[in-house]
This record gives sequence, C-alpha cells and structure tokens, in this order.
Amino acid sequence: MSRPDVDQLLVREAWLLDHQRLDEWLGLFTDDAVYWVPLQMDQAEPFTTASLIYDDRRLPEIRVRQAQHPRAHARVPAPRTVHQVTNVQVVADDGRELTVTSSLVMVEYRKERQRVWGGLVEHRLRRTDGGLRIAAKRVDLVNSESELCGIACLF
Amino acid sequence: MPTLSADDIARLVEPDRVHRAVYTDPHVFELEMERLFGRAWLLLGHESQVPNPGDFFTTRMAREPVIVARHTDGSARALINRCAHRGTTVCDAPSGTTRQFVCPYHGWTYGTDGALAVVPFAEGYDPPAAGRRDLGLARVPRVDAYRGFIFASLAADGPSLLEFLGHLRTSFDDLVDRAPSGQVEVAGGVFKHTYRGNWKLVLENHNDAVHPAFVHASSIWAARESSKPESDGYAEIAVRQMLQNGAPPELWESTGLWAAPSGHSFMGDYHTDSRLVTALDHPVFREYRTALERRVGAEAAARILGVSRWNSIVYPSCSFMSQFRQLRIVQPLAVDRTLVSAYSFRLGGAPEQMFRDTVAFANVVNGTGSPVLTDDLEVYERAQHGLTTARSDWVYLGRGHGSDLPDEHRTWRGKTGTSEIHIRNQLAAWVRYLTDEP
Repeated sequence: MSRPDVDQLLVREAWLLDHQRLDEWLGLFTDDAVYWVPLQMDQAEPFTTASLIYDDRRLPEIRVRQAQHPRAHARVPAPRTVHQVTNVQVVADDGRELTVTSSLVMVEYRKERQRVWGGLVEHRLRRTDGGLRIAAKRVDLVNSESELCGIACLF
Repeated sequence: MPTLSADDIARLVEPDRVHRAVYTDPHVFELEMERLFGRAWLLLGHESQVPNPGDFFTTRMAREPVIVARHTDGSARALINRCAHRGTTVCDAPSGTTRQFVCPYHGWTYGTDGALAVVPFAEGYDPPAAGRRDLGLARVPRVDAYRGFIFASLAADGPSLLEFLGHLRTSFDDLVDRAPSGQVEVAGGVFKHTYRGNWKLVLENHNDAVHPAFVHASSIWAARESSKPESDGYAEIAVRQMLQNGAPPELWESTGLWAAPSGHSFMGDYHTDSRLVTALDHPVFREYRTALERRVGAEAAARILGVSRWNSIVYPSCSFMSQFRQLRIVQPLAVDRTLVSAYSFRLGGAPEQMFRDTVAFANVVNGTGSPVLTDDLEVYERAQHGLTTARSDWVYLGRGHGSDLPDEHRTWRGKTGTSEIHIRNQLAAWVRYLTDEP
C-alpha cells in the first residue's frame, strides 16, 4: 500500500465530513469499526473510563441518522467544519492493517459560535477487496479534560 | 449594585409562576452566591477521592476556590484555596497527594489542615508569622459526610447535614446499599460540561418527565430506526437508554415524583429494560445479586433492589441517579453560565461488567458528546436566550399546580409524574434562602 493511497483516504474522509456527506463517510468504515474520542490523556481503553465519544459501528449510524431528524436541536442546523489534516505518518503495517497517525486542526462553526479543536489522530486502515477502509479512528483532543460545551460535530 | 429587599425577592416567585429575573439578573445571582450557595450544604465529592492522609482534590463553593484534603488525623478538611499572604491559590492541581500546600509566590507553606507551617525570610515579621492561627488557609466552617459523600457549608450556623438532607438521605442509602461490599468509589473519569444558561435550568430539567419526548425526539427516533439491540456489546446500553427516553406518556404520568423540604426532590424510575435495571434479573446481573445476597441476605437484597428511583436532586448543588450510579455536581459560574461535573461510581464487590455498563451509560446520559445530553444543553441555552426578552416577564409553572398531595416522610407528591411540583418546590426554597437577610 503506497503512501498516496493513505493520504488520499484521509483527505477524502475530511472532505466528506466538511461537506456533510455523512452516509458516504460511514461507508469508509469497516463493519466492525470503532470511532473513539477519549476523555483522558493517554487513556488506555474505553470500557472502564468514560469517553467523549466511543462508538462501535452502530452508534455513528445513529448519530448520522439523528442529524436528519427535524427536531435534532443540537444538530439542526448542522455544524459547519473545516478539517485540516497534516503530519501524516504510517507508523506500523502488519500486512493486513496500517496504523497511521496525523494531526488535526478543525474549525467548527454553528449558530454564532466558532470553536477551534486540535487533536492527535490515529487511524487503523484495513486492506479490503474494496480498497483501504477505516477499522478504527481515535482522536485525542488537546482539551478533552477541560470544561466543554456540548459536542455535536464529528472529528 | 442596587439592593434587592426581601419583598423585592419574594415578589419574583408566585405559586405557579416565576419572574425571568431569577434566571437572568446578575444582582439576583450575586445574592444567590451569598445567601443560597453561601449557606446551603453543598456536595463537594466522595471520600473515595481522598482515601489517605495527604490526598486532596480542588473544587469551588459559590465563588470560593476550595481544597478538600484528608488531614493526618484522618478527617476531611475543606480549605479556601487562597494564600493568607498575597492571595495566590496555593494548589493548582485537580487532585493529588501532598504533605503540604506551598504557595508558588513567596513560599508560604500550609499543612493539610490549613495551618501556616513555614514562612520564608521569617525575620521580617514581628511577631513571627508561622504558627499564627489568623494566617492559615481559611477553613470552610462546616464539613460533614453522609454515607461517604462529603458536604460543606460556608455558613458557620444552620441546620445539620442530616436535617438538611431529610428524606433525601435514602437516595444516598440506595446508591451505597447496592454495593455487595457495602462501599462505592468514584471511578471512570469526570465529564465537565458547561452551558450558557442559568444553573437552575439543569436542576429543573432532571425531574421533568415531559421533556424527553420533545428534547430527545431525534435520538429516540434514530435509536428506533436502528436495528434492535441484540448483543451485550458496548453500544447496546446506549441504544437501550435512548429507547427508554421514548417511554409512552402513560408511563411518565404514572411515575412517582416527590418534593421534600429544602428544595429537594426525587423521581421514581421509568425504566423497563431488564438489561438496564438490575432488579429485573437479566443473566448479567445474577452474579451481582448473589454477591449482594451473600452480604445482606436474600430478603434485604430484594428490598434494596426493589427501590426504584431515577433522579434525586439535593438542592442546590447536585443531582444523582442512585440506581444507575451517576452523580452530577452543579456549579454556577455566572448568571448565564453553568458547569456540571458528572461522576460514575463503582459498586464494590459487583462484577466488572456492571461497571462497564455504568461507563457506557455515563457516556450516553452524561457525556459531553452524547447524542442525548447535547440536546438538553442546546435547549438550556435556548431557554436562557428566550428569557432575555423583556416583552414577557413570567415563566409559567402551572403543570399540576393545586393538585400536589402530602405524602409520608414530610414529602409532597405530584398528582402525576409530569407535575412541575419539583420546580415550584425548588423556587419556594430559593425564596426562603434569599429573603433571609444577614
């Protein structure tokens, strides 16, 4: 798997998120994927420590579907975002999956409020017959343990 | 600052309505800091956060930065986090263990009881500063605990903690009695979520049984549209809780809702899902029930698991779910800004799977990124926004008004579970605190 394929997938993912193409975004994930935004710095696991978001395959679907409901108060209008993905490194490759780290700076705007998020991201990308798919995505926000207003955007 | 007389304050609250100034006026907020948060017993935390001498955590009471520390004599102390010298906070960490608190500015050093132990360049003071009682960290006048929950009051006098809690002490009993070991501990991290709205909005919402169908309509719908829960996988707990918010109107109406003196209230439970309610005897809970029975006997275990409560609110500082092992501490930051810290508890002696369920439940009910909580926070902010308009001054709280019924243990019960009795009761206590002039 070449680096251009990895870069292209991460850029594609950011583009889909920033253009509200959320069903297509879900399509990038494998059926057993997890999407994780830990609560604590260096959090080891999501089962005995709480998480800002810890979704197995089913919950991201619920989040995407929820935003389509006319009374999704925190999600209508949808937050507008710009994901800036940089510093991409392939840090491991076991033949089946690649582990890729990157830096995320994201601007979120909704209802007269703009927030800037920064996070260190780790993707596990799996080689499948349909090409590279996301098997896991972990986003460690630099301010995950601070006092935060509600989070209804996707990182 | 304009002075609000007791009459001015009393006029803001009528039997079935409240003036918007109670939510929006900064002068009212200042009085709340002095007379309500400056007097009532406030929940600071749990003894498991400071198990050993030297352990501490920092928090705030009204406007005061506070350190809660376990002193060498074994007692829990609450100290104002302000150096007696030039006012610097002496402790910056959210929690930790230390022998002493050293001011970063000029090195004044205090024991975990707040006593001033060391003053550098001591010869500059005559008489010597170290050891002087008036130069220690100020102590919060009253600290007490109930079943391991640490409360403190900034007022030197007032009702005892037990008098203050009244019947609500049974909600703490409910939480602790459920532990097979008899002990609970704070575990799993703390959510700290804020909203741009008055602190009362969250405490009014927690026992509001009409709001779920409307505020949470989108997550209920999305969970229903998704495939049925099948496994005991992580997301199942979250999906099941979202579905429970969509309980039919009859269930909400028939749920018990009790108001108690001092502004407290609690709601009976509306959960029917055997994977969420331990008493409903799902295979996951059988090992737990056996462990509980081993300690207390089958009869007592049945009685403990038969208690069925949703939110208990101890006014004005906390709201907790005894059955689901969740606690929220509410801290007003400004008239239109509030911080809620959400804690999970581990039941000592219970199977590990139960704590995993607690964490999954916390993420969906109290998580800052939860599909459920985010809609509550949005609606609090919209309420605050609407209340800024001067075209209409009153908030209407007439649901069930006139039909509240006296019940045992000095409680009043809403005629139905959707009564606004708990809000009327909170505001009645609010008037009592705020019209009691110093």
